[in-house]
Formats: sequence, structure tokens, C-alpha cells
Amino acid sequence: MKTFVCIKYVPDTSEAVVKVNAEGTAVDSSRFSFDINDADNYAVEESVQIKEKHEGTVTVLSIGPKESEVMIRMAMAKGCDNAVRIEDGRIAAHDPLMVAKVLAGAIKGQEFDLVLTGCMAADDGQMVTGVALAEELGVAHAAMVKKVELLEGGKIKAYRELEGGLMEVVEIALPAVLTIQTGINEPRYAPIRGIREAQKKELKVVNLDELGVDASAVDGGASKIVLEKLYIPEVVSSAEVIEGDPDQKAEKLASILVKGGLV
Amino acid sequence: MGNVLVLAEHRQGVLRDITFEMLNVAAGVAKDLGGEVEVLLLGSGVDEMANKIAGYGVKVAVVDDPLLQSFNADQYQKVLSAVIDARKPALVMAGQTAQGVDMAPALAVEKGLPFVADVIGLAVDGGTLKATRQLYSGKVNAVVALKPADTYLVTVREAAFEAPAPSAAGAVEKLDSPLKEEPAYRKFVEYIEAEVGDVDITQSDILVAIGRGLKEDKNLPVIEALARAIKADLCGSRAAVDAGWLPHDRQVGTSGKTVKPKLYIAMGISGAFQHVAGMKAAKTVVAINKDPEAPIFTVADYAIVDDLFKIVPKLTEKLKELKG
Ligand SMILES: Cc1cc2nc3c(=O)[nH]c(=O)nc-3n(C[C@H](O)[C@H](O)[C@H](O)COP(=O)(O)OP(=O)(O)OC[C@H]3O[C@@H](n4cnc5c(N)ncnc54)[C@H](O)[C@@H]3O)c2cc1C
Ligand SMILES: Nc1ncnc2c1ncn2[C@@H]1O[C@H](COP(=O)(O)O)[C@@H](O)[C@H]1O
Repeated sequence: MKTFVCIKYVPDTSEAVVKVNAEGTAVDSSRFSFDINDADNYAVEESVQIKEKHEGTVTVLSIGPKESEVMIRMAMAKGCDNAVRIEDGRIAAHDPLMVAKVLAGAIKGQEFDLVLTGCMAADDGQMVTGVALAEELGVAHAAMVKKVELLEGGKIKAYRELEGGLMEVVEIALPAVLTIQTGINEPRYAPIRGIREAQKKELKVVNLDELGVDASAVDGGASKIVLEKLYIPEVVSSAEVIEGDPDQKAEKLASILVKGGLV
Repeated sequence: MGNVLVLAEHRQGVLRDITFEMLNVAAGVAKDLGGEVEVLLLGSGVDEMANKIAGYGVKVAVVDDPLLQSFNADQYQKVLSAVIDARKPALVMAGQTAQGVDMAPALAVEKGLPFVADVIGLAVDGGTLKATRQLYSGKVNAVVALKPADTYLVTVREAAFEAPAPSAAGAVEKLDSPLKEEPAYRKFVEYIEAEVGDVDITQSDILVAIGRGLKEDKNLPVIEALARAIKADLCGSRAAVDAGWLPHDRQVGTSGKTVKPKLYIAMGISGAFQHVAGMKAAKTVVAINKDPEAPIFTVADYAIVDDLFKIVPKLTEKLKELKG
């Protein structure tokens, strides 16, 4: 099995204060901590498990800055064999269709069986890239996959997780793109030996020209959408905020719940 | 010209709510584009569904074909592609659902359509179609303009728009199916229902919910003590389930359960829309989160901005004392 796994370096904004600049054109990300996108972490694990069961190789693909190499090395420490990092300021990063085209450019012309992506990037939440990539490559796909079974005869069974936790089982022909949903496996920790070995694995860094992708096909001019404005939505909360030191807050809440007959 | 084509969504014989949630906003855009709303229904033996949709005062175009018995992204894409060629709608709308995300991006690439996914707002502004969507799990909104084209494509977030009430009866039109054979690449096999656990949280009166803020499973006993003190059942976010702290049948949200307890205490949960969709029907919501800007506070009745581990032990103690 020859597998590609696409991973994105994303900020963890779950506890961060997010600010947009005055022009509404960019988010100030200078104080965010970045790491691998949650779903992509599961995609890496799945690709390594597939390799362990069926042999073959796993190549990591990522469009991102130099700093993201820490994440890429970590994926290689877990068992991926080599990596290509694509960095080029001309890519219209706000448009997942352009991102998909660049990723396709890094895969086209090579033999492969599977491409795994995450089902959603936590920063821009599109859920678009993987399925668009399949169309660019002209291969089959299944989105939101929570279990994979390899079948005889170049096919796989993909278990898609639908609303309410219902599973839709589909059989698709390889090569294929699967967008991986969180919870599909238990991502491993990188072993110490793997971390050392990863330093020696190949990590190619390329721009669009080196990749052989025509920049004018993936830049802001090629994109059919324009990011016009970013703004912080008003948080409308009618909640009663319980104040005080932690003990006081706990006591006040307890009495609200008991007096209100809620418990 | 200028028609808005809404893709109806159904599963296991039932129309999904998103179908109707798209109608009002479709009508708004259609009016600005000088067209009307048409709903496209794909399936096999779907007359009843077609009539139900027509009852919302819209035209329904139906492709009724045994090859469309169950959802198949490849087949749906083929039909939509043919319908777009034949009818040249100005805008195609589908749900940002397990069906929509499996099909719409490929359609956008195939037809070269300007495409925005997961929209929560959509309007024509000075002749330009503009969509609003969210970034960073709802902490930032983005307005995205679609460049002029004959046909645009958007997918719409579930529960972002209100469905209209049924009104006058619209017409149903049958279209020829462009499909000739089973798809080469993809075959539907079966549905597998979600597993059932020991407790049915959809029936619980009081739920204590945990999220990634729990940090590790060795912190669970603190939460379990609180749950015992108020006879609550435990549930959580997808992150808590993915981490293995709770079984899957305790997951609240779009890909888990929809709950409606009298009291829901959310701790260390940010309040992503996929989670909120499953718990916003709770009568009273208490949220404990150390991030004052966590979206969970928008659906809370009582808010505590603090470290849950500083609050919960004392809360449990006090509740035990007050309840005697
Ligand atoms: C197709 C799809 C379906 C999905 N379905 C669901 C679903 O059904 N249900 C669901 O829940 N999610 C679902 N999600 C995932 C969803 O997008 C979020 O990723 C998830 O809800 C986040 O869980 P969380 O709030 O526990 O974690 P996070 O978003 O990481 O939030 C953790 C929160 O804990 C707070 N915190 C941390 N430490 C503490 C502390 N000591 N004290 C107090 N607060 C603390 C932080 O401030 C933060 O707000 C789905 C996603 C996709 C793509
Ligand atoms: N810059 C990127 N580099 C590599 N993979 C990416 C990138 N952006 C998106 N992806 C992949 O596409 C998936 C879905 O992203 P999205 O469509 O933006 O939600 C992610 O989980 C990644 O696997």
C-alpha cells in the first residue's frame, strides 16, 4: 500500500482570545500555539496502522510554514516514511478548492492506493479539501470515515459516520481518498527511537514551481471566492454570571440549584 | 433564469430538517436574483416526500430512479451535474451534512463553480452573492464574496436557519434520470445503527457533561462524585468520547445524541455548534469554563468563568450539605 496523508498545522484557539486586525483582513495569530489538526492526527495513526498491517509506505504532505516541520517530524516519528512540505505565498489559502489543487499537484503522476485527510480542519472548518482532492485526482472517495477495512480485489469498506452516530457502510475501489473522522483509532505517542529516526527521514521542501503546479491556477486570481471581511461575532449571552472566588462561586451555584428546585 | 435549486435531503425514508431550513434563505436570494426556488429531490419511490415538500409552496423537481435507492455521492453528483447543465440554476444549495460534505466539494471542482461551505448567512449585496461562515469554532466570522458566475454552490449549516411553515401547494415535476448503471467506484452496503448503552441519556433529567477540559481520565472521579450527589447521568462532548473517557452512547451533539434534560451542567466544553445542537433544548444550562469567550456561554443560563477543578469539589460538597 502506498499512502499519502495530508496534515495541517493549526492554532489551538479553544482557550485563546482571538483578535481580528482593524482592517478585518487577518486574525492575529502571534500568540497562538500551533499543532497538528485533531482529525489529521487520527489520519496519521490510521495510515501507520495500514502500513503495519499491509506493508508499503506513507508520505506526509503539508502546506505550511517552516515551524510546522516539528509536526511533520512527529508524524514521521510515529512511522510515516517521508514528507513533502509545500510553502508558497501565492497559494489562495482561504479557498479549500485551491488547497486541494496544490495537494493534488503533489500526488499526481505517482502511484498510490490511498490518500487520507482529516475530515475537518479545526481552524477554518470547511470539510471540503479531501473530497475536492479526490475529484482533482479523478479517484473514488468517502467522507467522515470512522472505520476502514481492506477487501480483496483492490477495494475497501469505509464506515462513514452520519448524524446521530448512524454508520453508512460503502464499498469503494482503490485508489481512493478518505477523510478521517476523529475517534477512528487511538493515536500513539511517538516512541523515543522513532523521534531519533525521524530526524534522518527525508523532508522535502518545495514551492509551486518546484512542485510543477502553475501558480496562476491556485492563486487569489484563480480562486472563485474572495475573503472580504473577518470580524468577531458578538457573544450574546443572557447567562447570569456567578462571581466571587472559586469557593464562593461554587457555593452560590449550589444554592441556586437547590433553591431553584433544579436538583 | 436566476432560480435557486435546493437539494432535498432524506435518509431511511425520512426528509431531514435541513431541507426545509434552506427554504427561507433560498427564497430571499431567489428574489434578489429574479428567480424562484426549486427543490430537487433524488430517490426511488419518493412521491410522498415530493408532495410534502411541495406543501411548502415551492416547485419540486424529482428524479425518481431505482439507482437512487440510497444516497450515493457519485450518483448524486452525476444527477446534479446533468441538472445544472439542463436547468442552469443561479445557485445550488445543499446541506453541510454527512451527505453534503461527501458530494458538494467534488461537484464544485467538476463544474468549476464558486463554492462556499458551511454558510450561516447568505445574501445578494450590490449584485454580488456573499456568504457568512465561521472560523475557529465560531470565534471569528468571515464574509466571503463569490465571484460572478452562471451558477454558484453553497452548503448550509444545519439549524442555522428557521424553516418556514407549510403553505400553499406547489407543483411536482418529474425529470428523466441521467443515470444508466450502478456507479463503478462506489457501492452502498448497509446502515449500522449506533450502539445502545446502559443509560439512555436522551431520557435523563439531569446531565453532567464533560469535555476536553477534563484533561485526563484520572480526573473523572471528581466529576462522578458530583453526578452521584445530584443523581445525574454523565455525558460529554465528542472530544471526551474520542479520548476514551466516555462510551460513544454518552456523546451529545450532531454525531451523537440530542438531549433535553431539566438541567445540563457543561464543564470544560467549548460549545462548538456540533455540540450545542445536541443540548440546546435543555431547560437550564450551567456552563463552567475558564475561557470567558467560550461559545458555550451563549446558551448558558448560569455561567462560571473559572477552572472547573477549583469549582467542582466545593460544589459537590455544598450540594450534599444543602440537600442533607
Ligand atoms: C462532522 C462532525 C461532527 C461532530 N459531532 C460532534 C458531536 O456530536 N458532539 C460534540 O461535542 N462535538 C462534535 N464535533 C466536534 C466539535 O467540532 C468540537 O471539536 C468538540 O465539540 C470540542 O469538544 P470540547 O468542547 O470538549 O473541546 P474543546 O473545544 O477543546 O474545548 C475545551 C474547553 O475546555 C475549557 N477548559 C480547559 N480546561 C479547563 C478547566 N480546567 N476548567 C474549565 N474549563 C476548561 C477550554 O476553555 C475550552 O473551552 C463534531 C465535529 C465534526 C467535524
Ligand atoms: N494546508 C494544508 N496542508 C495539508 N493538508 C491540508 C491543508 N489544509 C487542509 N488539509 C487537509 O484537509 C483536511 C480538511 O480541511 P478543510 O477542508 O479545510 O476542513 C484537513 O484535515 C487536512 O487533512
